[in-house]
Amino acid sequence: MLIGLVVVAAIILGKLFYIQIIDNKYKINASNNSMVYDIIYPTRGIIYDRNGKIIVSNKVTYDILVTPREVQPFDTLMLASALEVEPSFIKEKMDEYAKNRRKIGYQSVVMLKQIKPETYMKFAELQYNFPGFRGQVRSIRDYPVNAGGNLLGYVSEVDQNYIDNHPGEYRPGDYAGKTGIEAAREKDLRGEKGYHIYLRNSRNQIEQRYKDGEMDKEAVPGHDIVTTIDADLQQYGQQLMRNKVGSLVAIEPKTGEILTLVSSPGVDVSMLADISQHYNEILKDPHKPMFNRAVQAPYPPGSVFKLVNGLIGLQEGTLNTTVAYPCNHGYHFGNHKLGCHGHRSPLRLEEAIMMSCNGYFCYVLKNILENKKYKSIDDALDKWNDYVQSFGFGHKLGSDFPAELGGTLPTSKMYNKRYGKGGWKFTTIISISIGQGEVGVTPLQIANLSATVANRGWYRIPHIVKASEGVEIDPKYYEKQYTMVDTTNFKKVIKGMWRAVNNGKGTGCTAAIAEVKGLDICGKTGTAQNPRGADNSVFICFAPMDDPKIAVAAYVENAGFGATWAAPIASLLIEKYLKGETSRPDLEERVMRGNLMSRVKAYK
Amino acid sequence: MSGNFSDRGVKQSIDWKLVIAYLLLIIIGWVNIYASIHSDGPASIFDFNYRCGKQFVWILTSLGLAVFILFALNPQFWQSASLPLYLGVLGLLVAVIFLGVEVKGSRSWFEFGPVRFQPAEVSKITTSLLLATVLSQTNFKITRLKDLLLVALVIGVPMLVILAESETGSALVYIGFIFVMYREGFSGWWLFCIGMAILLFILTLTASPVVSLLVLIGVIMVCAVISSGRLETTTWINLGIFILLCLVPLLMGLAKPDSFLHKIKPMYVLTGLAVCAAFFFIYRGYKNRNRFLSLSSLGLLAGIALIFSTDFIFNNVLQDHQRKRIEVLLGMKDDPAGVGYNVNQSMIAIGSGGLFGKGFLNGTQTTFGFVPEQSTDFIFCTVGEEWGFLGCFIVIILYVFMIWRIIVDAEKSRESFTRIYGYCVAACIFMHLFINIGMTIGLMPVIGIPLPLLSYGGSSLWAFTVLIFIFVALYRQEKKYY
Repeated sequence: MLIGLVVVAAIILGKLFYIQIIDNKYKINASNNSMVYDIIYPTRGIIYDRNGKIIVSNKVTYDILVTPREVQPFDTLMLASALEVEPSFIKEKMDEYAKNRRKIGYQSVVMLKQIKPETYMKFAELQYNFPGFRGQVRSIRDYPVNAGGNLLGYVSEVDQNYIDNHPGEYRPGDYAGKTGIEAAREKDLRGEKGYHIYLRNSRNQIEQRYKDGEMDKEAVPGHDIVTTIDADLQQYGQQLMRNKVGSLVAIEPKTGEILTLVSSPGVDVSMLADISQHYNEILKDPHKPMFNRAVQAPYPPGSVFKLVNGLIGLQEGTLNTTVAYPCNHGYHFGNHKLGCHGHRSPLRLEEAIMMSCNGYFCYVLKNILENKKYKSIDDALDKWNDYVQSFGFGHKLGSDFPAELGGTLPTSKMYNKRYGKGGWKFTTIISISIGQGEVGVTPLQIANLSATVANRGWYRIPHIVKASEGVEIDPKYYEKQYTMVDTTNFKKVIKGMWRAVNNGKGTGCTAAIAEVKGLDICGKTGTAQNPRGADNSVFICFAPMDDPKIAVAAYVENAGFGATWAAPIASLLIEKYLKGETSRPDLEERVMRGNLMSRVKAYK
Repeated sequence: MSGNFSDRGVKQSIDWKLVIAYLLLIIIGWVNIYASIHSDGPASIFDFNYRCGKQFVWILTSLGLAVFILFALNPQFWQSASLPLYLGVLGLLVAVIFLGVEVKGSRSWFEFGPVRFQPAEVSKITTSLLLATVLSQTNFKITRLKDLLLVALVIGVPMLVILAESETGSALVYIGFIFVMYREGFSGWWLFCIGMAILLFILTLTASPVVSLLVLIGVIMVCAVISSGRLETTTWINLGIFILLCLVPLLMGLAKPDSFLHKIKPMYVLTGLAVCAAFFFIYRGYKNRNRFLSLSSLGLLAGIALIFSTDFIFNNVLQDHQRKRIEVLLGMKDDPAGVGYNVNQSMIAIGSGGLFGKGFLNGTQTTFGFVPEQSTDFIFCTVGEEWGFLGCFIVIILYVFMIWRIIVDAEKSRESFTRIYGYCVAACIFMHLFINIGMTIGLMPVIGIPLPLLSYGGSSLWAFTVLIFIFVALYRQEKKYY
């Protein structure tokens, strides 16, 4: 019996020895247990435009927290009027806490989010009447400029999925940028969290400061971000695109800096600060405002793609500026025809661009694909694909914008798979000569084409963040990306683009509507077929011709001819940027008033 | 027995070593109660508004009780009054169910103004006294069924009433009386059977009924081998059978999914085999007059019944909080914020003490109130955190010394009543010690039971004082007259 006693004592002492001396687990736990880390959230970095104007800053709001265990009977009506809510709301909340009282324990819960400072002041005066209730300061985003929700992006509380994808960086309750610039530059903007350490008891009551704050860490505010966006131009672009579906992108050709990036319809900035409140509303919108068309929508480029084919033809030597091709209301093959509008015939390159002749460019692509240099049409098409890729199509451009898509480009492999090897020829794929068919590009890529032409053969990858103090950008944004086409060939095409805008009304030029005296705008219209209704209106342009400062792409869904909507929108944007004001009030009013929403089929 | 018969004054006849251990333990308890409530403010250790001050009052009154028992009462009184005392306390135990106040889910406290009193604490004393009275009767033989039933009645009735009060912890203490019975000639096989029952219960819950059943069969086989006498042949035969049985679940697992073998569970196959074998051996044991064979076969049947009823007991007999505590203890569920909170916090407190502890009043875990019930059931946490392994070692050694001293004194005693009562006292202290400290360091499920002499509380301190000093008085009286 005594032996048993000794054995039991030995077991107990052994276990004690283990947990007190050998196992460190419990010591680590012990320091966690009594020290509470009060997290100090850093202020998020401010977002500036290229001219130093603030587009996103922070403002103060208050959350109302409740510690149900500390609540004593109170005047519900008084609290409701102080917080500007219905008395039934407070009653509901208190019932909910009573139901979950075991789960909540001594914790505080958020009852009301983001109330205005004025409302909070009213509450604060009466707060002594409501033990257990308190306000907590919270910094949220403020948007002085309506620069569009898709461009700026929103900040919201991280979910478990997000935390798992960024191990060690976030904790529940943290906020992070989810889309747009906020997401692209999250690492710079968020700053570093700090903490104050307190000693607490098990009722979660703070007892004292740990080592008088010696071990505390102050929060480091996030870096400010300077964007390449021109806030005024962005805002003007938003106005032009109002009530239309599509995108408007402007790039500074020399630098690749994105001046304006509009995706319409977009999320209104007034909703951004508290996106979770509006989330359902946004999701239910049939036009998908969260969908950033400028970088995510693969559209057929339409006739603006003729420029690319023309340039390839010139470079390959299969096209000569002196040769004219006929066009009899289109290009005829067998019993088929690829139609064209009525114009004089035959045409040379400059005029073909100016008038956007479909027939001409069918010959252009035919000569490229049936080039004797290549063994088969397969090789010729793949060479063509290489050329087009060098313009930034068919793959992601590599901008710093999150969730950018690359679009689509046909390859011989793709056609072989579809039609069988040797089962297709030029006429099978004739629609790609006018930017239809298997060609899918984003508005950003089209704008980049415009910048590439403006630069006569090269581009810099479009981007939205400029390097500034403490913020670096990838060196790739400084590098010139050369196309496989020589500068001299671009000059030939640009002449056609200048004439498309400036040849004078009645001469057959397609974009006379975009002409602004003295600005030398060069442009190309496009009218892309849309299986979901009327054609899309497309226009790219840059100006001034000799020293391009801005390159624009406008893409308006179901808006008809390129000249009807896209051309005036792009032209007005350029005029606004280069002159600071616009000189065509009638046109401006027509564009801003134009409501094309009824033409667009909503997504279900 | 020491040989000095010449000077037998009062001083010499009291076991002072035992009394000193007792005094040291109550002082350690008092100091640690002060430490455990320290964060409430820099109160004096004598402040009656706090538990430490109240405990001081309990200590003083306990010492008064001790003196009264030692010097004012005739120790003969306890044996003669054991039955009325037992019945009186039993009456209180039943009455408290109807008249008591509910504290933390159990109805076991009487409340008189500021004072609360728990009859279950006193019941340990009266049960010990009656048990000693019954067992020390000259014509008593524990191996006789009638006497065994009587003993079972003495222990079992208060135990069941206490269980009805939902004071599972106090009821468990009564299991300790089995050690007393063992000392008085009760078969060791019963101890073994109880141990096996607990093992099977745990195995069934944590591993699986199949494992549990295989273990049972294995143990019975080992017993059979040992008892048979023909060690070599039976070992090989039994080992072979056992391995074959172990292969049954494995082979059945390999069977094709839709085959007949797959549809019947291995558990039922093994059970069927075991039941058949058991009846066969019972018959053989009866025929060959091999009592051991029959009994072990009966044991096998009882074990199988236990395994099958474990699920039922676990889910239907045990209360919700007890079930959860067992689940946490056995590692079936990890729940550091819920049911496991107490154990987790208490292990953190003790573990963070290290070798020398954080020093008196410097514990963060206990003074900031992370450990619940820290001045009562979890007082050992304060010892562990502030005094470290060394402090725990000293406290446990003091207890072991005390229990050892009681057992040694009991063995020396010539009156069987004193000896049996001494064993009862030792068993009670031992059970409390093991359950309480075991629960604070995660060896036992959390069962509310005080640490003798250390925990805060008048009922408990008084009860243990009376329990111990009755023995001191009985032993002193013997020394005095022999």
